[in-house]
Amino acid sequence: MTTTQVPGPAIQVRGLEKSYKELRVLRGVDFDVARGAIFALLGSNGAGKTTVVKILSTLLRADAGAASVNGFDVATKAADVRESISLTGQFAAVDEILNGRENLVLVARLRHLKNPGKIADDLLARFSLTDAATRKVSTYSGGMRRRLDIAMSLVGNPPVIFLDEPTTGLDPQARVEVWQAVKKLADQGTTVLLTTQYLDEAEQLADRIAILHQGRIIVNGTLAELKQLLPPAKVEYVEKQPTLEDVFFAIVGADGKDGAANDRTVGADK
Amino acid sequence: MTKHFLGDTAVLLGRSLTHVSRSVDTIITTAITPIAMMLLFVYVLGGAINSGQDSYVNYLLPGILLVTVASGIAYTAFRLFLDMKSGIFERFQSMPIARSSVLWAHVLTSVVANLISLVVVVGVALLMGFRSGAGVLAWLAVAGILTLFTLALTWLAVIPGLVAKSVDGASAFSYPLIFLPFISSAFVPTDTMPGPVRAFAENQPVTSIVNALRDLFTQQPVGTDIWTALAWCVGILIVTYVFATVIYRRKIS
Repeated sequence: MTTTQVPGPAIQVRGLEKSYKELRVLRGVDFDVARGAIFALLGSNGAGKTTVVKILSTLLRADAGAASVNGFDVATKAADVRESISLTGQFAAVDEILNGRENLVLVARLRHLKNPGKIADDLLARFSLTDAATRKVSTYSGGMRRRLDIAMSLVGNPPVIFLDEPTTGLDPQARVEVWQAVKKLADQGTTVLLTTQYLDEAEQLADRIAILHQGRIIVNGTLAELKQLLPPAKVEYVEKQPTLEDVFFAIVGADGKDGAANDRTVGADK
Repeated sequence: MTKHFLGDTAVLLGRSLTHVSRSVDTIITTAITPIAMMLLFVYVLGGAINSGQDSYVNYLLPGILLVTVASGIAYTAFRLFLDMKSGIFERFQSMPIARSSVLWAHVLTSVVANLISLVVVVGVALLMGFRSGAGVLAWLAVAGILTLFTLALTWLAVIPGLVAKSVDGASAFSYPLIFLPFISSAFVPTDTMPGPVRAFAENQPVTSIVNALRDLFTQQPVGTDIWTALAWCVGILIVTYVFATVIYRRKIS
C-alpha cells in the first residue's frame, strides 16, 4: 500500500447528520477510533449503523458534519480515503460466478498490486480456503463466503477496515471463524470499525464500544467502563446451566471438525 | 483516479466476459428469438409477402439483426442489476478505482456478447440461403452500424439496470424494442401500410437503419438512409449515455 500514515486517530467523526427524505437517521454522531483498535458500533436494526459505514467508505454523502479516515476528509479526499480502506458490507460482496481465487485476483488487480496470484494464494491459505480455491463461489457455504469476503477486504493490507454486521445470518461455527479472523487483523495493527446488533459480538471483539441509538451515540467506552454505568454487581447464587451454544460446541467440536463427544447420541446406552 | 481508467476497465471487462463464457446460454437465448422469427417469416409467412426482392431471407436479415441486439441488451441490464443487488457494486465503489470503469466494463461486454450473437444469427441465415455480394468495406460498414446501434441500446439498458427494483423490471424494457421492427420496413415494405402507420414506420430509427444495412448487403448506393441511420444511432447514444451517467453519479455520491 502506498498510503502514507497520517498521525491522529484512524477515524474521526464529528456532528455527522444524514436524513432520507423526512427520516432523520443520524442526528449528530461523534466518535474517534484509535489506530489499531477494534471499535464496535452497536445498535438495533435501523439505528443508522450502515449509514455511518457508507458515509465513511465514501458511498454516501453526509448532510452535515465532518468525517475523516486515515487523516483524509471523506467528502473532499474521497480517492485517498478509498486507498486507505476496505469495506465488507452487510451481504457478502463476492462474485458468485468466479471461483474463490479469481475473486481475490480480481480485487488485487483493481488495487493495482503486483503479483495478484501470490497475494490470492496467501490469503486463501490464511483463511483455509485453499482447497476450495478453484470452486465456483456459488457452491460455498455461508461461512466460507464470509471468509472469502473478508479475505477480499484484506487484499493490499488497507490500514482501516469496515465490517458491517459481519456475522449476521451465520451459524455459530462460522461466527467463531469470523471472530478469529477479526482478532488476527487487529493483532497486525489494522483498525477495525465493526457494526453489530449482537451484544456478545461486541463484548468478544471490541476494545471500545459505542451504542448508536435514535441517531446519536449515547454511550462510548470500554467494556469495563460500560459495565460501571450499571449499579454495582450483586452476588447471587445461580445454578450454572450449559447454554445451548455450549452444548452445540461440545457435541460438534469448537473447530467444526471432530468433537470430543462426536459419537454420542443423547440417551443412547452403549 | 482516472489514470487507471483503461486498466480498471480491462480488468472488469475480463470479469464480465468470464461471466458470459460461463453462461453460454445467454448468447444462445439472445440468438434464439431472432432465429425463430427468421424461420417463421421465411418458411411460414414469407411466401405471402411481396418484398420486391427475389430472396425473402435477404430482405429480412437486416431487421432480424436489430431484433438480435434488442434482445441481447436485456442481459446487460440483468448483469448490472445483479451487481447492484449483490453488494459487489459497493465493494468496487469503495475501492481506489476509476468509478466509470464499472459501467464501461458492462457496456463493452454487451458489445462483445452481441457481436457473437450476431455472428450466430448471420450463420443461420447463410444456412437458410442468405447471400450477399457485399465486399469487405460494406461488411465493415454493416459491423460499424450494428456496433453503434448496440452501444446506443446498451446505454439505454444501463438505465433500468441501475434503477430497477426487481430482476423482471430490469429486463422488461427490452420487449417494446423487440417489437419496434414490426412497425418498420424490417419485415414488409412500408408502402402497403395505411397513412399514419406508414408515417410512423418511415420516420422511426429502425427503418433507416434497416434500409442502410439492406443497401449495403445488396450493393445498392446507400443514399441518405445511412446518414439518417447514423444520426439516429449517435443521437440515441448521446441521450442515453447522458441519462445513464447522471443516474449513475446520483447512485454513487
